[in-house]
Amino acid sequence: MTTTEPAAQPAPAPEPRHGRRLFVLWLVLSLAADLLIWFAWKPHLPPGDMSDAARHQQFDIAVLAISAAPVIVFAILYFVYALVVWRIRPGDDAAGDGEPIYGHTKVQVSWIVGTTVIVMWLFVFGTVELVTPAGAGAGEGPSPIWKLAGTQSATWTPGGKTMLDVQVIGQQWAWTYRYPQFGGMESSELMLPVNTPVTFHVTSLDVIHSFWAYQLGVKADANPQVDNVAYVTAKTLGSVTVRCNELCGIWHGAMFNYGHVVSQSAFQSWASGVQAKEKADGVLADLPPYALTYDPTVIPQMGENLIKIDGITGAAGYYYPPSDPVTP
Amino acid sequence: MSVTARAASLFVAFIVVAGVVTFVAMYYIGGASALATVHYAASAGQVNVVLQEDPQNDSASKPDWVSYYVQDPATQKWVHTTLFSVPANTKVNVTLYGYDGCTPLRNNYFSEVQGTIGNTVTLSQFDQHGKEYLTDKTTSVINAWSDCTVGHTFAIPGLNLYVPVASPNAQLSADNLCSSSPCTPGGNPYAKETFSFMSPAHAGVFRWQCLVPCGGGFLDGNSGPMQTLGYMMGEMDVVSS
Amino acid sequence: MAIETHQDRPEPASSEPAGAPPVGGPGGVLRPWHLRPGAHLGVLCAAAGYLLGHLLGNFLSSAYQQNLLSDSNDIPIVLGYTFGTLGWLGGLGVFNDLGRQMLGRPLLAEVRHGGSEAGLSKYFRYTLDHKVVGIQYLYGMIAYFLTGGLFAMAIRSELLSPSYHLLGPSQYLMVVGEHGTMMMMMMSSVILGPFGQYFGPLLIGSKRVAFPRIEALGFWLTPAAYVILLSGVLFGGFPTGWTGYEPLATQATAGEDAYFFAFGLMGLSMILAGFNMIVTVINYRAPGMRWSRLPMFVWSMFTVSFLQVLSVPVLIGACYMGLMDRTFQTAFFSNQLGGSSFLYEDLFWFFGHPEVYILALPGFGVISEVVAVFCRKPLFGYRVAAAGMLGVGILSFFVWQHHLFDSGINPDMRPLFMLTTELISIPTGFIYLVGMGTFWKARIRFTVPMLFALAFYFNFLIGGISGVFLSDVPADTTEHGSFFVMAHFHYTIMGGLIFAFMAGIYYWLPKMTGFKLNERLGKLHFWTMFIFFNTTFLPLFAIGLMGMPRRVFEYARNLETLNDWVSISAFCLGVSILIFVVNFVMSMLFWREPEVDNPWRSRSLEWQLSSPPPPENFRRVPVILSGSYDYGVPDALPVADLNPPAGVIGAAYAGAPAAPPGMPPGMEVSR
Repeated sequence: MTTTEPAAQPAPAPEPRHGRRLFVLWLVLSLAADLLIWFAWKPHLPPGDMSDAARHQQFDIAVLAISAAPVIVFAILYFVYALVVWRIRPGDDAAGDGEPIYGHTKVQVSWIVGTTVIVMWLFVFGTVELVTPAGAGAGEGPSPIWKLAGTQSATWTPGGKTMLDVQVIGQQWAWTYRYPQFGGMESSELMLPVNTPVTFHVTSLDVIHSFWAYQLGVKADANPQVDNVAYVTAKTLGSVTVRCNELCGIWHGAMFNYGHVVSQSAFQSWASGVQAKEKADGVLADLPPYALTYDPTVIPQMGENLIKIDGITGAAGYYYPPSDPVTP
Repeated sequence: MSVTARAASLFVAFIVVAGVVTFVAMYYIGGASALATVHYAASAGQVNVVLQEDPQNDSASKPDWVSYYVQDPATQKWVHTTLFSVPANTKVNVTLYGYDGCTPLRNNYFSEVQGTIGNTVTLSQFDQHGKEYLTDKTTSVINAWSDCTVGHTFAIPGLNLYVPVASPNAQLSADNLCSSSPCTPGGNPYAKETFSFMSPAHAGVFRWQCLVPCGGGFLDGNSGPMQTLGYMMGEMDVVSS
Repeated sequence: MAIETHQDRPEPASSEPAGAPPVGGPGGVLRPWHLRPGAHLGVLCAAAGYLLGHLLGNFLSSAYQQNLLSDSNDIPIVLGYTFGTLGWLGGLGVFNDLGRQMLGRPLLAEVRHGGSEAGLSKYFRYTLDHKVVGIQYLYGMIAYFLTGGLFAMAIRSELLSPSYHLLGPSQYLMVVGEHGTMMMMMMSSVILGPFGQYFGPLLIGSKRVAFPRIEALGFWLTPAAYVILLSGVLFGGFPTGWTGYEPLATQATAGEDAYFFAFGLMGLSMILAGFNMIVTVINYRAPGMRWSRLPMFVWSMFTVSFLQVLSVPVLIGACYMGLMDRTFQTAFFSNQLGGSSFLYEDLFWFFGHPEVYILALPGFGVISEVVAVFCRKPLFGYRVAAAGMLGVGILSFFVWQHHLFDSGINPDMRPLFMLTTELISIPTGFIYLVGMGTFWKARIRFTVPMLFALAFYFNFLIGGISGVFLSDVPADTTEHGSFFVMAHFHYTIMGGLIFAFMAGIYYWLPKMTGFKLNERLGKLHFWTMFIFFNTTFLPLFAIGLMGMPRRVFEYARNLETLNDWVSISAFCLGVSILIFVVNFVMSMLFWREPEVDNPWRSRSLEWQLSSPPPPENFRRVPVILSGSYDYGVPDALPVADLNPPAGVIGAAYAGAPAAPPGMPPGMEVSR
């Protein structure tokens, strides 16, 4: 098939083993990147280690980064190598073409297999990390599947593994929190006891907000008429930034406040104190009975009259006038 | 086209586009500065801020929107704005006139007074003949869900200040409310509230809003005047003295 | 018989085929531009239509309590937009042919042959030549892109400080919404419009598209959508951002109507363009253009057209229901009356996810073309590349829940959607396999299009890998709705699509216009854009992970330095785009250096024609002889025979003028 070259020409220089070079370079760089990520970067990864959900997320992001780094290194290394080695230099035959390589089955198959393996690994790992920390701090809707272990009780006392229920109410444009185990008292400050399983019930009174407690690694959308459940256990004391994460109107950017994780006894005395104060004020009696969702236009104390005056979703919103039927 | 024709049309097109962009940028996007800011200066370590909320306003474009007004301390005239400034680290005494009728709160938690000195407000109510039917009642809760009691709220969430503003009672609200703005005490029923709080030590801009969904004709009542500067939400500028 | 691989220069455009029906008005002379329907008449009729609709709306609905209380009325606005759009289209002459056919009158030749007229007026008219439509799209898309970019500059100016506010809160949201919607809505056709419409038929060897009227209508809807979207500024803007989440969208003031209506119009444009492209690619391929020889750009357009036709109707449904909720007080999305805000989220994202692949896939197609030419090698793994396109397209319909991981929708499908989203990275990775294989032992030329293609690989790598981070549900808990997502989609869409668009412009503009783009300015544009793009968007990953949500104007003080760095970089990025605009304007308007027919020495079919191509594309329907990627093959046939003699493909197609007008040429059996 090939013709022998004329004897007078010297043999061409052997083609360097590009594949081997690339492999070695890739191995060294990926190892370096992965080690750097694991030891230098991981302790500082967001969202920190203040809660179990946050710690799992930290671990999860670190593993993702370690899985991704070799891929990024491979792609960038290959392109840089190709651009350096195979570019047209001045003096080259500028009009010549490259080798007509249409495909290479082994390369294509190993690529497909390799990427599939990486993807399946990430899927399995992600599912494990989703299930183990009871949903990874994400809002699971009204019927959560991955629950946190903890005893349900009508009142909360420090010391045991009693689950603390906290209802997060989003309204335009402030966050308030209700503690049903303390008589349904409401507070505009989020206080949580350390080392306690907490169930957040996130709901909204008007439009869609999203409860993002950054240091706790919790994010759950607040939808009207929907109870969105998220779980977390705070592990260290500190302050928590709560921001609204879903565009909810004009002051969305200003809808944030700060919460605190305190010791269990400090939390107990704070919560009882607020409950007592609100009882004395009469506010506790004025609040609607604790429920998982609220329809702000149905005010029990004022009865049906409110709808007849102001219409559905009124409270003087008057968008659906009183003459509209209540149910479609 | 010849070179000069092309150059001329390019120049004209450039001027037109630049002009339109500048106009839109300054007029529509930068237009927030069209509102006046009322400046309060301290005297004897205190400032007296005077506000009122009305069932309508005197603007041409949105006359039916409920609105706050701020009283200019120098001229004693009511300015249709919601921007005012107070000095830092000063005791701010607020007098709030409530002329609008009642609307229930979406979240009755905000019936409780929070963030004021003593966590209370002092409330007086007057009917349209000037008769004071409630005198100087100091209270920490004005329950929006018990009867026709709360018109709006004044809330500065950044300072955890939440104050419900009383309304004239149900009987007086029916057909007696102030109908032309800015409202005056003569001939109109109203509620007058006073409370105080300390302005923060550092300078900054603090947003304030009403938590009663009083944007009539909008879904959930939280749009329209509730989301427009100059009506039911504003900014308190704390300036360092 | 000699295979002719070049066509003669086109004859002067004023010659007409003998026996053609009379052109223009009485007397058979071409009417002057101001007497024919066109953009000027369209503007007038649009204004009249808006006034008519507004009056009608006020007449119908101004007495309703809800409108009296709120001092705003959405029905006149929506009716005004409707009649205004109809007036715009009518004034352009979109309905004229339809009307004439319905009345049994002959069609005007001045419309049918309008694409071959000399002068600029054909670009401002309802012209049926796909090349004219392509140029119209080009200028339109550049204008929309620059407008969106100006809004972005305003956003970054506001974000310079967390406490000092340049813009009021509602103005900031208005700017955010306008920027996002302008980019995501209008840019869906940024490659399909200019390059897809222009080069689609050329690449498959066809003289025309299947439905030229539908194609032209698809373009003329875009200026209407653009103007309607911008009119939202006059109403105070819309506070929902480009996603339009309910119930905030029902609650919003009048600007939200502009958002829903414009999105619906643009969706209509996308459906029409996609439909036309599908039929053209299936039916109008030249003899010999087998599916296995189809250029990769055509594969990408074909896939994306299916995505458009299948996913956009869902968006139009969502926009329509949103408008109904706002105007007629229906309760589709009001939870308190039995509607569901989750319904809107699902409808929107069912469209929204294929939408981002509508944005990304044409970029893959352009890059494949550019890389093959400037490596002078066949595209490595042609079948893998085509499978990648189709795989991404099909899988894109099965991943939309990943936008809703934290939303409170039932969590049992989360592992499934995590799997599908991660699976989609496999066909996406094929483009890298193909690229890398093409680079192996290639002969790489660093022209400006090639530089943009290389930047595409880099940017999309970062964008794609960050997408894998987002698809992982636990990691997504912190990343969702933060600037991390912002950085991800800017890397994939701006770093991917827009860089591919720039590659396409520098590659194809000489063919479209016959003029060179200045190379030094082009390289300056590339380097500044690439460097400042990365300095702008790379820190956003960190900012997002450190807790800054999207669409906020106040943020934690410790993030101020990073935000300032990003803002300054963004301004420099804006300057680099300005360099591009200067290059474009000066090269097209003043310098006008003529370019040879095939400066890149490409084998692709469109480069065998003159620059610009003749009005009928091919004098005779070509016979495709080989694939366009056969570089380096010593005895490769030329890509096509442009002057096949009679008898090679059958007498019916050899002499094109004998066929009755309207009969599609080249509709032949495939081999």
